[in-house]
Amino acid sequence: MPKQAMLAAIRRGLKRGPLTADAQAMLLGHMAHHPRHTVPGRGQLHPAGRGALFAQMVEREFGTVARLPALADVPGAVAAYLRTQNQPPALVVSPHPALAGLDFSGLAARAGSAAAHDAAALTYAFAGIAETGTLMLPSGPQTPIVNNLLPDNAIVVVEAARIVASYEDAFDLLRQAGAMPRNVMLVTGPSRSADIEQTLELGAHGPRRLHILIINGAV
Amino acid sequence: MVQSSKAFVENAASALEDAGLQKALGRAKPQFAKKRQAAVDRLPEFETLRDEAKAIKDHAIAHLDFYLETYAAAVEASGGHVHWCATAEDARQAVLKICLAAGAKTVTKGKSMVTEEIELNPFLEAHGVTPVETDLGEYILQLRHEPPSHIIGPAFHLNREDWESTFRAAHTDLPAERVFSERRDILTEARGKLRETFLAADVGITGANFLIAETGSSVIVTNEGNGDLTQTLPRVHVVVTSIEKVVPTVEDALALLRVLARSATGQDMSVYTTFSTGPRRAEDPDGPSEYHVVLLDNGRSGMVGTEFQDMLRCIRCSACMNHCPVYGAVGGHAYGSTYPGPMGAVLTPMLVGMEEAGHLPNASTFCGKCESVCPVKIPLPNLMRHWREREFERHLTPAALRGGLGVWAFLARRPALYRATTRVAALGLSWLGRRRGRFGWLPFAGGWTRSRDFPAPEGDTFFAQYAARRKEQG
Repeated sequence: MPKQAMLAAIRRGLKRGPLTADAQAMLLGHMAHHPRHTVPGRGQLHPAGRGALFAQMVEREFGTVARLPALADVPGAVAAYLRTQNQPPALVVSPHPALAGLDFSGLAARAGSAAAHDAAALTYAFAGIAETGTLMLPSGPQTPIVNNLLPDNAIVVVEAARIVASYEDAFDLLRQAGAMPRNVMLVTGPSRSADIEQTLELGAHGPRRLHILIINGAV
Repeated sequence: MVQSSKAFVENAASALEDAGLQKALGRAKPQFAKKRQAAVDRLPEFETLRDEAKAIKDHAIAHLDFYLETYAAAVEASGGHVHWCATAEDARQAVLKICLAAGAKTVTKGKSMVTEEIELNPFLEAHGVTPVETDLGEYILQLRHEPPSHIIGPAFHLNREDWESTFRAAHTDLPAERVFSERRDILTEARGKLRETFLAADVGITGANFLIAETGSSVIVTNEGNGDLTQTLPRVHVVVTSIEKVVPTVEDALALLRVLARSATGQDMSVYTTFSTGPRRAEDPDGPSEYHVVLLDNGRSGMVGTEFQDMLRCIRCSACMNHCPVYGAVGGHAYGSTYPGPMGAVLTPMLVGMEEAGHLPNASTFCGKCESVCPVKIPLPNLMRHWREREFERHLTPAALRGGLGVWAFLARRPALYRATTRVAALGLSWLGRRRGRFGWLPFAGGWTRSRDFPAPEGDTFFAQYAARRKEQG
């Protein structure tokens, strides 16, 4: 058994046998508690400050932000954004219940998963993380992963109330929501590469543009 | 990759004369240090986080057997498979078996240093499976049949002209008269080419930055999004990784992520940090239907309990090489090893043996910069010193050097004789060099005087001057 041989080699180095049942129980208890390490002070702001820091960090990482009073304003904001970016008025919309009731008339909107030719996608974030302007995008039936990756223009809705301070806060929300999804993407800005002469270029394999719509985000 | 670490001295000499390489190094080196420093300055808690990052990894290694078993159980519970591989050959066979079972013709690859370490690509090709690198830097290196020269910026030794000529030679289906007026045009061409491959691949292979025992997740960090496409689109996702990557909890991984990107590229956070746990769920619209983890040892368990255990903390950020004067002068290829720079000089002799790579720990000025920027505080200079001791003990150092050290040791053990000899030498050299103040040539010091003058001593030795001063002060 290669597994047993590898574990035995590690234990030889550690100069001990397998951990006792007590020691194992202690480590398992620690894992069940999953205590936090130092969380940077800038990730511990009050709610209004969090929204502002989130937006500031997104823009620092070459994303853009618009603040909307209500979910119903999303289609208009999407249409305006696509127009300013000289994009056709068409998009694929993630089949999330929050987006399902919206009136996309005037836009060629299709609910479902993005294909290679889709130029824009609208998705719904599980949470926003203020400390670095990061979106938490878990996979699931309502949130296809490909919608975060394939289109050139990624438009993401995040509710201001779901903008948390730190990564740890976002994972706490995720743990409350149930089992770990297949994928949990933490996305900070649009795709990029600096592989050519150490010079940053946006739009490597993922979206070239990341536009975030913060709902009820008036500070 | 083919190891040529034995030829480090010759490799370094030709690297110094490579104008293209020197241009690339001159451009990149100051950037790395500046960006890291700016990111560190933006986070007042950075030093505290370094201590915590070190403690997290130390704890994980001290209980490595337990966390690996816990991790593997969690992977299986989420519907994935773990393949325990003691050697590089075991890991290659495991990957091939998965590819053949999937009937794979094309395999996309996210950036993975462990797959470089086990030389996976040539092996797959020899068995009829075509691997395609999707990280932009790795992609061009695959076209050029070159190994990476840096663990996170694999193609940073190339200049824009190299990119253009390589793409023209490789992408012959595109119009020959096309113009690359900006770097963006190069990027766009690669993106278009690789999109087709992503959609056609049967298996996607990625590495892992961290493995989480609590959840059975693997974590990858990219800026391009290639890793995510690699692990999302094909039917099978294979994670090729190594045993020291496991940490107990999600919170541990988050603490390490806070120091990783800042130390590596000076970003607060990489663009895509993705946690993957098992295959797609019944109701998921996308994701692979199989999830495999190929878990490699390849000499790492042999470091546990030795003076080299500290090296297992390494999170592959590249800060050590980015700040190393030796790496900055000769680049990564001169090391002739998968892992270059200070971390490579410590790790490589462990992976391939001291006979092959015993030379690398000598590629250091012991300036200590690597240790001072390491996010997990690995005492790299000390570890290189341990290797030098072992090299000396095993008589792998050249005879002339051993002879010289022998003479010095003989004198150093006889203080009166030592002072007399050095005094004669200092006064003699001072007199000989009295006109020019320097020497263009000295016996036994050709290595020094070939490239620069040796300054002539100005008067007496330190000991003699010190004694004289004490006497004056009475």
